[in-house]
Amino acid sequence: AWASYMTNSPTLIVMIGLPARGKTYVSKKLTRYLNWIGVPTKVFNLGVYRREAVKSYKSYDFFRHDNKEAMEIRKRCALVALEDVKAYLLEECGQIAVRLFLAKHGFTSGFCAAQGVFFVESVCDDPEVIAANILEVKVSSPDYPERNRENVMDDFLKRIECYKVTYQPLDPDAYDKDLSFIKVINVGQRFLVNRVQDYIQSKIVYYLMNIHVQPRTIYLCRHGESEYNLVGKIGGDSGLSPRGKQFSQALKKFIEEQEIVDLKVWTSQLKRTIQTAESLGVTYEQWKILNEIDAGVCEEMTYAEIEAKYPDEFALRDQEKYLYRYPGGESYQDLVQRLEPVIMELERQGNVLVISHQAVMRCLVAYFLDKSADELPYLRCPLHTILKLTPVAYGCKVETITLNVEAVNTHRDKPSLNASNLPASQTPVRMRRNSFTLRASADTVKRPRHYSVGSKPLDLLGPLPSLE
Amino acid sequence: PPARELTQNPLQKTWEPYDNGLPAGHSAQRGVCMTNCPTLIVMVGLPARGKTYISKKLTRYLNWIGVPTKEFNVGQYRRDLVKKYKSFEFFLPDNEEGLKIRKQCALAALNDVRQYLSEENGHVAVFDATNTTRERRETIYKFGEENGYKTFFVESVCVDPEVIAANIVQVKLGSPDYVNCSNDEATEDFMKRIECYKNSYETLDETLDKDLSYIKIMDVGRSYLVNRVMDHIQSRIVYYLMNIHVTPRSIYLCRHGESELNLKGRIGGDPGLSVRGKEFAKSLAQFINEQNIKDLKVWTSQMKRTIQTAEALGVPYEQWKVLNEIDAGVCEEMTYEEIQENYPLEFALRDQDKYRYRYPKGESYEDLVQRLEPVIMELERQENVLVICHQAVMRCLLAYFLDKPAEQLPYLKCPLHTVLKLTPVAYG
Repeated sequence: AWASYMTNSPTLIVMIGLPARGKTYVSKKLTRYLNWIGVPTKVFNLGVYRREAVKSYKSYDFFRHDNKEAMEIRKRCALVALEDVKAYLLEECGQIAVRLFLAKHGFTSGFCAAQGVFFVESVCDDPEVIAANILEVKVSSPDYPERNRENVMDDFLKRIECYKVTYQPLDPDAYDKDLSFIKVINVGQRFLVNRVQDYIQSKIVYYLMNIHVQPRTIYLCRHGESEYNLVGKIGGDSGLSPRGKQFSQALKKFIEEQEIVDLKVWTSQLKRTIQTAESLGVTYEQWKILNEIDAGVCEEMTYAEIEAKYPDEFALRDQEKYLYRYPGGESYQDLVQRLEPVIMELERQGNVLVISHQAVMRCLVAYFLDKSADELPYLRCPLHTILKLTPVAYGCKVETITLNVEAVNTHRDKPSLNASNLPASQTPVRMRRNSFTLRASADTVKRPRHYSVGSKPLDLLGPLPSLE
Repeated sequence: PPARELTQNPLQKTWEPYDNGLPAGHSAQRGVCMTNCPTLIVMVGLPARGKTYISKKLTRYLNWIGVPTKEFNVGQYRRDLVKKYKSFEFFLPDNEEGLKIRKQCALAALNDVRQYLSEENGHVAVFDATNTTRERRETIYKFGEENGYKTFFVESVCVDPEVIAANIVQVKLGSPDYVNCSNDEATEDFMKRIECYKNSYETLDETLDKDLSYIKIMDVGRSYLVNRVMDHIQSRIVYYLMNIHVTPRSIYLCRHGESELNLKGRIGGDPGLSVRGKEFAKSLAQFINEQNIKDLKVWTSQMKRTIQTAEALGVPYEQWKVLNEIDAGVCEEMTYEEIQENYPLEFALRDQDKYRYRYPKGESYEDLVQRLEPVIMELERQENVLVICHQAVMRCLLAYFLDKPAEQLPYLKCPLHTVLKLTPVAYG
């Protein structure tokens, strides 16, 4: 993790609530968020264990509280799940395990110490919300292969009734006043938060309080092709090329055709995204934290120049592209940390178009499509292409739209590594630049940048020290 | 129509569209918080429940992150109007004259709120009074609606007699109301004052107040009830209120020991400690030992000089990249003379508005504050912490704790080899 204050000891998050209250939705979303910010998290869904144990689901009778045989099976599933949770947290170095569970009493005692337990309860009494949930995710559940809507709705509502008999909601005033929990009421209209113990629980609460389920669409794209793109230089603050300007016009037309209600447009503070937004003729907001990854001493160089001048850096980056930090610059990992407020605000918002940059867009896409740190730096985010994301069921529907304006390709795949590619001074062990090592001191000399308005080329006292 | 041309603001280095040589609309700078319409925060609670404490702290935080905020303490209006406080009888529910004056004060304060939010470009106003009846809150809510403000209630509920007693000792005994009283007299009078409010106290109710936006803080943060958060700023306020605590603790701020570049008068870079800097690190270790601090957390940046300083302490420490010194962009590792010689315009601009000035391809103090916000949030959550950082960074952190405005922030004195020990006390 990029800060040890985040999690000192593992956390177990326990989801509570009647069926169709959004537990799985919240579990998956929360897990996706936590993994993205760098906290290893995993979901353990009891329903999945139950489906393993009882190959075919017959009807809601399985869930009746007086069905002894079924109760035995469900209890065994819970115990197996708990064992897996233990293994994940203790052996696989997971940080957070999220468990779906209904009745919360009597299971924590069986659990080993050195754990923070945080309950997330979803309470909903709005029948419309419940019906919508059932239609959205239950109708297509493996439990109901025939998919006759009315039958599904009917059976599922009866299933909920089975649980209601024994449901004991969290009681903050008496029985559960010493537990740490958040009670989410009516899909986020109201929250009751009790005894938040640490940083990670505080972040979870903040996240849960910002997400919503209103339908909306997020559009992600890069700026139009820039002058530097044309010559293969990375970074900098160049303007749009003629094709880039063409793209901006095409983007404007596309946006108009989409007829989006109340669209917010966000750009970075670099010229190329702002120029792209300007063509749209609508209000937009500039975010400094949407700026492209800082390539430090490599700013405004081409990959060929970087390979020639800093061969070891070049090789290192291909080895560990997510963790690799440019000397005097940033890593993808740094970018994710920088972008977290953007994600949080995107969760709060409705329809948004984010015009950003390659590395930035990769980070955002990785969040929405749940891509791992290994895949993130290699996600395809070509110029002049828009990603249209629509939340659906437990995930995100993706549509890729290429506006027919030609552009250069700025994508580099991960090269296949063999021993001869590695610099002699490096062992195959991965080298992190995100923490201090004595050797790093020479590497972080900044090269002056010459592309700001009104600055003269710098005349240094002597030649720049070279890296390595 | 063709896309508008962009021009770069020489001070902040931001790109703005212009029409016929003049800056045009359509482009907004994303400050840390964009508020569409002003927000009126209304405190609710019996006396000695921490309302003023929360008001002042929240105001300080919002101003620091760049949201113009002001608090309006109705008790202060009352003190200005009724020159001398006699006794709790002023607050008796059947004291006609008392009631008249108190209502007058509330209206005067609301009037000033309106002026601040609608005429003086304020974004958030914190209305600090007991506001314990539904009727009073209705009046304020209507006032907000009439003026186009979003209203957010912050209620503090506390029944723990120890907490209340401690509050009275901390902030009431020294109040101007009790300047000629002994502590015992003051406490007795204040307890009777609280009683005056209790009978008519209507706490925010889950059913009756279900359409209001509010947070109810229970037992100094043990639990919270949050209802209908409407927008970004309310979400940030809720997050902040849920992270602060009142457990006594101390925050130590200092810079790294003197660095090799400090010796040469050069800014930025990533140099190591000088000989004297290493001496300082050793002295710091000794000082920290002598302070005998319980469970001290030590934070550094990811630059060599702060880490070397922390290493001398011989305790675990955490590195935060966001604590790195301000990025001087093209001016990194230059002396001020060299900057003046090579970038005379930049040099002049920086002195003009040091807070907003952004180095070419670097950062401004304003950027730094945005970068440091997670540090402040985590400092609020933590207890005893030593932060070893850098000059510009330390100025930003100090400005937050000592409520210094943006104009003063870049000039706060943070010399090398000096430790600032901050201990929360009363309202500051």
